[in-house]
Amino acid sequence: MSDMNNNQQEQQSFARAQKIRKGVTYALLTIWALIVLFPFYWMVLTSVKSYSSYNAEYVPQLYTTSPTLENYTEAFTAVPLARYFMNTVIFTGITTALMLVVIVLAAFAFSRLDFAGRDLLFTAFLSLMMIPNELVIITNFVTITNLGLRNTFTGLILPSVTSVFYIYLLKENFDQIPDDLYKAAKVDGCSDFKYLTNVMIPICRPTIVTVVLLKVIECWNSYVWPRLITDNQLYFLVSNGIQEIRENGFGRENVPAMMAAVVVISIPLIILFLIFRRKIMEGVSRGGTKG
Amino acid sequence: MNTRSMKGWLYLIPAIAFLGVFVVYPLFDVIVYSFEEGYNSASQTFFGTGIYNYQYVLRDPYFIQALKNTFILVIVTVPLSTLLALLISVGLSSISKLQELYQTIFFLPYVTNTLAVGLVFMILFQKTPYTDGFVNQIIHFFGGSTVDFIDGPYWAKMTVMCIYTIWVVLPFKILILTSALASVNPDYYKAAKVDGTSSWRIFYRITLPMISPMIFYLVITGFIGAFKAYGDVVAIFGTNLNAAGMNTIVGYVYDMLYGNGGGYPSYASAAALVLFAIVLTITCINLLIQRRSVQTS
Amino acid sequence: MKIVLEHISKRYPNRDKKVGGVFTAVDDFDLTIPDGKLIGLLGPSGCGKSTTLNMICGLEAPTEGKIWFGDTDVTNLTPELRGVGMVFQSYALYPHMTVRQNIMFPLENLKGPDKLSKDEMLRRVEEAARLVQIDELLDRKPNEMSGGQQQRVAIARALVKTPKVLLLDEPLSNLDARLRLTTREEIRRIQRETGITTIFVTHDQEEAMSICDEIVVMERGIIRQVGKPQYVYDEPDNLFVSKFLGTPPINVFEGRIERESLFIGTQEVLDVPGALDGPVSVGVRPEGFVPEPDGPLVCKLIAVERMGRDTSVVASHDAHDGVQMRAIVSSDARIDTKSDTVRFRIRPEKTRIFDAETGERIHFFGETMEEPAEVMAREARANAKPVAPQTGADA
Repeated sequence: MSDMNNNQQEQQSFARAQKIRKGVTYALLTIWALIVLFPFYWMVLTSVKSYSSYNAEYVPQLYTTSPTLENYTEAFTAVPLARYFMNTVIFTGITTALMLVVIVLAAFAFSRLDFAGRDLLFTAFLSLMMIPNELVIITNFVTITNLGLRNTFTGLILPSVTSVFYIYLLKENFDQIPDDLYKAAKVDGCSDFKYLTNVMIPICRPTIVTVVLLKVIECWNSYVWPRLITDNQLYFLVSNGIQEIRENGFGRENVPAMMAAVVVISIPLIILFLIFRRKIMEGVSRGGTKG
Repeated sequence: MNTRSMKGWLYLIPAIAFLGVFVVYPLFDVIVYSFEEGYNSASQTFFGTGIYNYQYVLRDPYFIQALKNTFILVIVTVPLSTLLALLISVGLSSISKLQELYQTIFFLPYVTNTLAVGLVFMILFQKTPYTDGFVNQIIHFFGGSTVDFIDGPYWAKMTVMCIYTIWVVLPFKILILTSALASVNPDYYKAAKVDGTSSWRIFYRITLPMISPMIFYLVITGFIGAFKAYGDVVAIFGTNLNAAGMNTIVGYVYDMLYGNGGGYPSYASAAALVLFAIVLTITCINLLIQRRSVQTS
Repeated sequence: MKIVLEHISKRYPNRDKKVGGVFTAVDDFDLTIPDGKLIGLLGPSGCGKSTTLNMICGLEAPTEGKIWFGDTDVTNLTPELRGVGMVFQSYALYPHMTVRQNIMFPLENLKGPDKLSKDEMLRRVEEAARLVQIDELLDRKPNEMSGGQQQRVAIARALVKTPKVLLLDEPLSNLDARLRLTTREEIRRIQRETGITTIFVTHDQEEAMSICDEIVVMERGIIRQVGKPQYVYDEPDNLFVSKFLGTPPINVFEGRIERESLFIGTQEVLDVPGALDGPVSVGVRPEGFVPEPDGPLVCKLIAVERMGRDTSVVASHDAHDGVQMRAIVSSDARIDTKSDTVRFRIRPEKTRIFDAETGERIHFFGETMEEPAEVMAREARANAKPVAPQTGADA
């Protein structure tokens, strides 16, 4: 009888320990979630405070009773935010499109076509992945400057239209398409190029979408190269734009307007992330790194 | 060459051209630059070859400062962020309710513009005549004395830099470790439970060894990434990092190349190669340690 | 369309680079296929049958030799110019396209004067789909269909451009046993209805024998025998063909011919008038054994399996090349299951004798010969050539 009691007590205390552990886990995760979300909350909050009310708060308030959108008007009128925004959209769009053409052709050649020196060349390509961007950017800066391409979209775009890693990713995916499909297409009178466009690309669409998403994120956040290659505001991307706003914008320390600009440039990627959450996370875990 | 071979190369022309011009050629060129003394980018002339550029860079106080900053950043953030990521991932994989929501939130910093959010961090930590800033309010609440994290003492600035770096790199690490944890065969846990193993022991003896390759991967990429820190630092301290005393090696390279003190591609090349040598050495040491620990286990 | 394969060979550089040299996948393959026939290319995996099919199709070019479709030399033509349809083992349906799009794909590739209007294409797709009875499923994707249905789509796709030649590469091997039976009847029906010259590759002898007009047995790139299925089964040219055809397989014994008598071990089992003395391999079909109390072949009895219509006798014999031999006898036959031994008489029409070294057929007087095939092997290779019946005068 006492044994039974002991057993029950043990079970109860075990269950209690489990519950406590679970509670602690949730608490810690929630704390970290708040730390992650807080800067986002703060930027949105500050962006809807008026300039005067923000500056009047010696102790910053965690909420506002009179939200205003005037900072957003300010952000779009006092500094060329719309321009930065459009530049980034153009830059991202063209870079991604060009890169897609280059890597699809290369991955197709490596995966489907037989030619002398293919494997050697592929190994050479892979070894290029080890070269850090910081090393080659110096010469690229000089090259683009000498070509007179500073402050042009061409100069911004050219160095980032190839990615060995994405060629590798796509080639691996192309390799998984069964050989019989290629033979069948040949029997049906399909040319290599048409096979690529009508069969391989549609089948590998998930990977291509992942590559596009990762490249868009990379382009949208790129800072170093645009900073080197542009000093004319007409060609600033959002990263440089935000730096420019911080150092020279709005004529005075207008934090709410700054935050409005930050919100505006952050929103596209956050929306993209919320739509393609799974694909992006899966793609990043397959080999993306920050920066 | 037959037509079939030609076709293969034809498809590769764009990739080869771009990689050749923007990766392969620069790789050799940067080495050449680093040995050309007194290179003038306006006239494109130089008056000698030798190791002077390296000597100059290694004696430059700004470079020494950048080296020191980068090393502190690496030594603080890499272990701390990996440990924190491990803690969070273990917590994340032990829950079932709301797991997706937490995962989504934790990944959010990865897709945001580093420069933009850095600005928010600056605002949160900044102390101005008008306000102490949010972080100082909290410090004040707990009875500490306020400090200007952005223009104040070195340790304070370094703290902000480390905190922001960790905030930025964690999403990637959490993601990798969570998927590593998810890929451990649950039968191991069941077997251990049947044997009455305590949960700490399960973690230490089963989980950790199973995901150790991924942890090593994160440590190595973490080292490489932290050595190349630049964007996050600019986001908080502005583009004039030398004045703030917060420059990094990569920042030094870019400043030498362009900007207020720019126009010296030779110094920039020498500094970049020094950085490359450091990263390569550290990576090799890491790999050696990994090999040894794999052998002994 | 008559197909002539004129001494075609296919050699590759050896894959194992250490060994080097060349690997001969198909060696001097010479065959004429009459118009409208269904021909089976049969052989174990790696015998070169798929390579041969790929060469007929145009996916691979022969190293030597010529291929004729009718009076046209197609050796250097690409597949689409040959007018061939092909069905693959894995079906090779495009996963991202609907059935309709899959079947229409070959038509969309037609260029120049052959180009079809959209309506014509759709009409042809419907027609092909009706022929293989999948017209209800045109809007599905391949992964929403069963293996048998996918198979039909693949056949429809091969037929839609009304090819002159239809090629089937192991088309049944991915189907389950029941579907395999119905599908092979289906293939036979479609072939009869369309009258297209069809070549069917398989490693399954039963499949080939059941539906083909003629079979071609291959081994290591060489044609070993060509003929009507029953004829090849009854009159194999060599030991390889005799062992490859038939389930259960033929029983092979080491034997010897002495003074026109055939011995298995020390047992004299058959008179073989006209055969020369020497060691031989003796092949006896399972149905060639007749249990008799005083039969000359004495075997150890292992088991008797009654299977309704037939009875299967499992036994062993020291001269047999395997562990067990199997005889199929009439269920009326009385066998003493308590005995350790069983004795058989062997039927000469089910017994074939081969040279012990080369494996080539040895003929003798008195064996029944069916009428030779109306085909085809224009001039088979030297070692595949049937050995002329030897006359007693030679001995």
